[in-house]
Amino acid sequence: MVEALNIALKQEMAKDSSVIVLGEDVGKDGGVFRVTDGLWEKFGGERVIDTPLAESAIIGASIGLALGGMKPVCEAQFDGFSLPMLDQLISHASRIRWRSRGRFAAHLVLRFPYGGGIRALEHHSDSPEAYYAHTPGLKVVIPSSPYDAKGLLVSAIRDPDPVVFMEPKRVYRAIREDVPETEYTVPIGKANVVQEGSDITLVSWGAMVRECKEALALTPYSVELIDLRTISPMDTKTVIESVKKTGRAVVVQEAPRNCSVSAEVAATIQKEAFLSLKAPVKRVTGFDTVIPFARMEGFYIADEKRIAKEIEKVMKF
Amino acid sequence: MRKTLGKFSVDYLQILDEHGVVTGVMPKITNERIREMYEQMVRARVFDETALKLQREGRIGTYASIRGQEASNIGTAFAMDKEDWLFPSFREDGTMIARGFPMSALLQYWGWDERGMAVPQDVNIFTIAVPVSTQIAHAVGYAWAMKLQKKKVASVVYFGDGATSKGDFHEGLNFAGTFALPVVFICQNNQWSISMPRSKQSASETLAQKAIAYGFEGIQVDGNDIFAVYTAVRDAVKKAKEGRGPTLIECFTYRMSDHTTSDDAKKYRDAAEVVEWEKKDPITRLRFYMKQKKMWTETYERELLERVRKEVDEAVRTYESTPPADIEDIFRYTYAEMPPALREQLEYLKRSVDETKNMGGTNG
Ligand SMILES: Cc1ncc(C[n+]2csc(CCOP(=O)(O)OP(=O)(O)O)c2C)c(N)n1
Ligand SMILES: [Mg+2]
Repeated sequence: MVEALNIALKQEMAKDSSVIVLGEDVGKDGGVFRVTDGLWEKFGGERVIDTPLAESAIIGASIGLALGGMKPVCEAQFDGFSLPMLDQLISHASRIRWRSRGRFAAHLVLRFPYGGGIRALEHHSDSPEAYYAHTPGLKVVIPSSPYDAKGLLVSAIRDPDPVVFMEPKRVYRAIREDVPETEYTVPIGKANVVQEGSDITLVSWGAMVRECKEALALTPYSVELIDLRTISPMDTKTVIESVKKTGRAVVVQEAPRNCSVSAEVAATIQKEAFLSLKAPVKRVTGFDTVIPFARMEGFYIADEKRIAKEIEKVMKF
Repeated sequence: MRKTLGKFSVDYLQILDEHGVVTGVMPKITNERIREMYEQMVRARVFDETALKLQREGRIGTYASIRGQEASNIGTAFAMDKEDWLFPSFREDGTMIARGFPMSALLQYWGWDERGMAVPQDVNIFTIAVPVSTQIAHAVGYAWAMKLQKKKVASVVYFGDGATSKGDFHEGLNFAGTFALPVVFICQNNQWSISMPRSKQSASETLAQKAIAYGFEGIQVDGNDIFAVYTAVRDAVKKAKEGRGPTLIECFTYRMSDHTTSDDAKKYRDAAEVVEWEKKDPITRLRFYMKQKKMWTETYERELLERVRKEVDEAVRTYESTPPADIEDIFRYTYAEMPPALREQLEYLKRSVDETKNMGGTNG
């Protein structure tokens, strides 16, 4: 996935000279996960910018850069360090179009790696998508595969609205697949039916799609697996159609449960597919605690066995 | 009309040069105290080398080395009184150890176990702050509480050169200046913020001068000279406790290692630079001085190393023989009292672990 993202950035930068990359250690170092590797050498320090350590200024300046006609793709080094950007994102990036009555917009992308599973220090393993998805005006995109990552990042860079692009760091290098060299896009706002099925709908996104796929092998049921790909605006149509067919749904996320994206999915299903439901919608989530350090992390992030078990419970409801 | 309203200057303090020659005014400390300083620096170095080795062997996780910054770490610990509070970032293992934080707990912290973050009751150290600069305002608030309660306690906060770029730094310093708070700001300028050299972090000539904008004194010290660090922090702590407000101390030092064990400095840093700084090593420098004063012999060094290695090995044993935490530990400290919904989640996890057997750790 790292390479796929890297190629997407290279292609868009080559094609559109207003696209620039900025953030901490994104230049010479190529980013701490090497997503921006080689860009600085290829496009120079004016378009691939190592900034001082200042997240609020990175995103705030990106808004200004966007107003000035650039298309900034800025980076927060980790999930936990995207939080100083919330003020600028919520107070400005997300509502500039609204506030200026359509005259101005923040055509920018904020990328950052998110989630656990890499045995990291505190603040390096969080899944903060709900904070962003709760904000009107922001688009929130989370790819689960290298192919989608490339196509979605290209779409994000071209999207006229501010896009928060969250990269599942524990599958950065874990999932390998061939990605076309040629340019393509994966549309924002469109979920992906990973596998069709008739008994139950399994909805997830990002890194957890891998655990969901593994769970498929552990269950005798015909599971329809949906990868949301875009958290906001959500492709509710695909989810609803599926649940209307299967009558059951399990939503899987890594983030804590309280007021999270899975609640939104569940609420949508009960509103739009209520009469088709044969069992209550089930959520498999992180706990409402801080995600533990690596020694205990495996208890926190649901694994394929826990997911399979919950599928069974819903089937036997 | 146009007139000059202000001009500023920034002092630089060095007492011991890189050859161990006294170039300034020695602080009034006994030889015994100097030996203790040396010992703490050596302890920090041995701990650091051991931690790096453990990381390579997969026995602890990502680790941020303090090599080269021992004087900046340890000088402070000696300049603070027991009642003072330390607000660390993540590159102050030496300071923490010298103030009584157990080495085994630090290894636990770096070794994927949050129980290592628990600070012993009688140790005045706040928890390690990973989000850069965020601890600065905490130290300011603590100092404020001391002032409001008329307690003679200083708070001392550490951060790096990169941290001075964040708003938290500026907001914190402004509060401290405005409310004249008993806080000492210590910037370990180790010349690098991961791949970002100091020269590109800020257009300011020094980081110390940033204090002037907030109405108080900033001083740059030779951060590899423990006497300079000690003197500057000692003066600043005294000043704080006498109600004369905050001070910013820029310790001019160098990060000899990679940023952390996850980093590869070869990608962005010239090896020759590291070689140059090797000559300024803080421990070698103090050893030169002690040798001149006949406070150092080979036997002393050998015995010291032996003793310290034993202690560190003991800490490793303690760390590695600590039994795993129970599942409840994940939930225990989220609230003072566990809300019913959270208790339900805990019960669910316990059941789920039983149902799926060895589920734990599969994602770790
Ligand atoms: C707010 C925030 N952004 C990014 C990071 C990732 N990060 C960890 S340390 C570091 C560089 C810090 O440099 P400096 O302040 O000079 O301290 P040093 O590591 O050199 O001791 C960065 C960017 C972080 N921890 N917190
Ligand atoms: Mg630094």
